[in-house]
Amino acid sequence: MQLRVRALETILTEKGYVDPAALDAIIEAYETKIGPHNGARVIAKAWSDPAFKQELLADGSKAVAKLGHVSRVGDHLVAVENTPKLHNMVVCTLCSCYPWEVLGLPPVWYKAAPYRSRAVKDPRGVLGDFGVKLPADTEIRVWDSTAETRFLVLPMRPAGTDGWSEDKLATLVTRDSMIGTGLAKNPDGA
Amino acid sequence: MDGVHDMGGMDGFGKVEPEPDEPVFHADWEARVMAMNRAMGAGGAWNIDMSRFAREALPPHVYLSSSYYKKWQLGMENNLIERGYVGADELAAGRALHPAKPLKRGKFTLESVARVMTRGSFTRPEQAPARFKVGDRVRCKNIHPATHTRLPRYVRGHVGLIERIQGCHVYPDSASLDHGDDPQWVYTVVFDGRELWGDDGDPTLKVSIEAFEPYLELVA
Repeated sequence: MQLRVRALETILTEKGYVDPAALDAIIEAYETKIGPHNGARVIAKAWSDPAFKQELLADGSKAVAKLGHVSRVGDHLVAVENTPKLHNMVVCTLCSCYPWEVLGLPPVWYKAAPYRSRAVKDPRGVLGDFGVKLPADTEIRVWDSTAETRFLVLPMRPAGTDGWSEDKLATLVTRDSMIGTGLAKNPDGA
Repeated sequence: MDGVHDMGGMDGFGKVEPEPDEPVFHADWEARVMAMNRAMGAGGAWNIDMSRFAREALPPHVYLSSSYYKKWQLGMENNLIERGYVGADELAAGRALHPAKPLKRGKFTLESVARVMTRGSFTRPEQAPARFKVGDRVRCKNIHPATHTRLPRYVRGHVGLIERIQGCHVYPDSASLDHGDDPQWVYTVVFDGRELWGDDGDPTLKVSIEAFEPYLELVA
């Protein structure tokens, strides 16, 4: 693939469609600036600031835009809250729709057939693949991202974190906890 | 189209395999493919729905056996040829042989980068008021267009509830064919797991899709 891709870039460059330096800049942004740490800041703030949490759940795009984020999120971000009774999980069965602006590029498993096929039918089985077991009576809500709406899961705040700063809370927020295939980390690292 | 990309509910693909400490890209070429696709899209060569349609239209065995970014490369090559930006002979030769077809929004340069890093809005002026309201019972139509659609097979014919109204957005079924935005209302429609998967389905499961209004009909 390396040669095939390089050939295409040569053609696009020679024809004057793209400046390779501009491609470098896009790649650098996704490698260094845009990633799950952005989403983790949003979640940590929602855990710390009840007013922000309400704004986030009411209008995800507007609330995140207010943070002056490194990457603006566009118009269609919806945050959904996990509770002891309800667990949210996000998938794109048709392709790979994912909230790039807050989580970066999706991991391979998110874009691959096993997750896309099973998430909507056997989410508990999928969670088991991630080592997550929920109580039998927890309702599971799967959001299939079939339009341009993008979903961010607001995981439950771990116990034992009273008084923690937003920066410290953000270290407990994993990428998978914001997709709904994981839970936030506990303060003891578990 | 009823393609293999429409995977919701299929069996046999095995376990999900998370990769610890996964890198953003697994090879340099993956990054170049991602960036070229974004750049040409930003230049106006195609929209996101044309991009998706080109990947769905890959032969099923190719779709299933290609890595994610390989699918992007193959779809992009087909789009470039089909839309007249690159010739098949140029791809074979690995260099430019013909004059360029001008891009709608011009060459993608460093100044263009900020534009792709901000996600565009898909909201468009409504053509008519929303037909459904929150709480309405709706059935997903039993439709099988051979072209691009965002109504997955596993919900067709099934009944759900309108839970949210997300706004009026570009209609992918039209935009993918270069037939214009044809803005349509988008709804979150939520289904009981057992409505979709039968009595053996997980009783604690609810699944929602984001449905464009033409996909839905009211259930009295």
